[in-house]
Amino acid sequence: MSLPFLIIAFVTLFAAAAAMSLRNLVHCSLAFVVAFAGLAALYLNLDAQFVGFAQILVYVGAIAILIVFAILLTRSGDTPNEAVLAPGWFYGIAVSAAVFTLLGWAVLSSSALPKEVSSAPQTTVKNIGEALMNKYVLPLEIIGLLLTAAMIGAVIIALREPGKTKMEAGELKIDKTAPPSSILHPPSSTALTGGHS
Amino acid sequence: MFEKLDQIFVTLKHLVLGYVPEALQPLVSAVLSVTLILSVFPGIFAIVTIFERKGIGRIQNRYGPNRVGIPFTNIRLCGFGQFIPDGIKSLTKEDIVPRAADRVVHFLAPIVMLIPVLLAYAVLPFGRNMTVADFDAGLLFFFAVGGAVEISVFMAGWSSRNKYSLLGAMRAIAQMVSYEIPLILSAVTVVMIVGSLKLVDIVAAQNHYTFGIAHWYVFTPWGFVGCILFFIASLAESNRSPFDLPEAESEIIAGYFTEYSGFKFALFFLGEYLGMFAIIGLGITLFLGGWTSPVSFLTWIPSYVWFVTKMIAIVFVFIWIRATLPRLRMDQLMNLAWKLMLPLALINIVVAGIWHFMGPDWQRWLVCAAIIFGAYLVLGRGLMRHQKLGKRTYRYAE
Amino acid sequence: MSPLQGCLLVSALLFAIGFAGAVTRRHAILALVGIELMLNAANLNFIAFWRYGAHPEALTGVMFVIFSIAIAAAEAAVGLALVIAIYRHYKTSNLDEVKDLKG
Repeated sequence: MSLPFLIIAFVTLFAAAAAMSLRNLVHCSLAFVVAFAGLAALYLNLDAQFVGFAQILVYVGAIAILIVFAILLTRSGDTPNEAVLAPGWFYGIAVSAAVFTLLGWAVLSSSALPKEVSSAPQTTVKNIGEALMNKYVLPLEIIGLLLTAAMIGAVIIALREPGKTKMEAGELKIDKTAPPSSILHPPSSTALTGGHS
Repeated sequence: MFEKLDQIFVTLKHLVLGYVPEALQPLVSAVLSVTLILSVFPGIFAIVTIFERKGIGRIQNRYGPNRVGIPFTNIRLCGFGQFIPDGIKSLTKEDIVPRAADRVVHFLAPIVMLIPVLLAYAVLPFGRNMTVADFDAGLLFFFAVGGAVEISVFMAGWSSRNKYSLLGAMRAIAQMVSYEIPLILSAVTVVMIVGSLKLVDIVAAQNHYTFGIAHWYVFTPWGFVGCILFFIASLAESNRSPFDLPEAESEIIAGYFTEYSGFKFALFFLGEYLGMFAIIGLGITLFLGGWTSPVSFLTWIPSYVWFVTKMIAIVFVFIWIRATLPRLRMDQLMNLAWKLMLPLALINIVVAGIWHFMGPDWQRWLVCAAIIFGAYLVLGRGLMRHQKLGKRTYRYAE
Repeated sequence: MSPLQGCLLVSALLFAIGFAGAVTRRHAILALVGIELMLNAANLNFIAFWRYGAHPEALTGVMFVIFSIAIAAAEAAVGLALVIAIYRHYKTSNLDEVKDLKG
């Protein structure tokens, strides 16, 4: 338990908690980025350099961007006024607290865990590459297939429903009385007129 | 003599480290390296802004800045002192935050932009034995920290609560995500040939000479295509013209930094240029031999001089392109990335494999060049099929 | 407490946070984020056991995490596409309001 580990773990957990509890979805996604960068730092702390960098590349560079795009495309970038928690939230938190207690008890009381700390393993990217290309080549191919299938599936799911134009699908209703779409975040009316009225 | 000059920074660092107690040596070593990077590259940035304004001015048949030299003297230096008043101006300007803005995110965005860009310099080999952190997965580190720039762009665009900012940010993210793929795939070919993600190894693999000419990867068929793809993608990654849609001033004011002023704007400006230098540095390392000399009789010139010279030369090409080419439309931008550059980069990976397995014969040159040329013809024709390229006609108001 | 136990505790807490978020938040995207957090808690366990385990040279934990990251990317892409499709159909992305079985 070194000091860097404690600091990184604290930042990661705090950011994860923030990602799950902030009201504004964009703030949540930014906290999520911090949590995953913290996890990558934990991997680096555990001498897993390649995995740490891959984590940053995939989570910060790709998944966070996807989430941000999804937030803006579903027009939920504004802070919601209604409740953000589902009705039965108390049970959910109770169950998760129970899960944590059980896991923590198991970790702290287990005698199966190795007690002595081994020295840092000497793994290079070359080792990982050779393992991927020899021993793990079948999983690698399957992952490639899975990613292709997921990509095609995601495109098909997110396509507009067939047979409908934009107008019929109700996306392009011209309604002069409605407030402008919130994807562009107009400043709230109090912020605009507050100073002048 | 020249070898001493080549290693002068390394020797100086060891000299300083000799005066420091053993326990503090890693810390002091890191601080020294970081200080050097933080002083050299912003310095180059300051010069390059003037270089760019004067260069574009010359290309557009005007003078550009030519007044300010050394302050309080009459020495003008052709206007190359302009960055001093520019810097003072941006430091002393009022820092305006829009009332509806999300203050915390608005404040954090320029910092989040600058930190990953500076981190990326850690793995670049600036000269012989001159790398701050020689990670085993250095190339992966570079691309990983590059991903954080997109987050900062989104933060800036969203938190400003301005439609132009958000539009600019969305354009920038879409563009960066699209062009990151050809960027990484074209770098993969070099990794395949060298067999290492370590940038120092990549430079070392190019540091051989045949008939006095260096073995830079740009001189091979796959490396040539990879270099061009990398160059185009790096233009797009650094939001430079003709890919400057995210900050197209005639459409969306200044894109995601419309609502930034004063020092924060200066930080964005600095971050953008430093990101451009970093990605050019990576391109040099991958394809143009890093700090090595192109011909064997010039190897006496210090390695860092070669690195900076190549970097400035490519920055000049960037400026030249900016002054020459018009801005692409969004659909043209996406077509180029997904229909031409991505397939070409994938074919290039196959070609690099063929190159590796055909051994050091002369036939591999022919086979690889033929495949790439054929692929380029097919893809290029496929992309241009619906476009009529004829003589350009002009219509004048009558 | 050994370093391994520290890692496992952090991972357990991360899992609990992710689980609580995925179960209690109404927004579909946040449920996905919670699932990602749980997945990453498992990844942290793999890395910790690889690092402090008996055979780090076998690279099993690292391989598992690499594949897990790839699967998480695929999952996020499909999940967010689903969220967008649901939003397009129901004009909401709150999970509570999406309860019709027939369009």
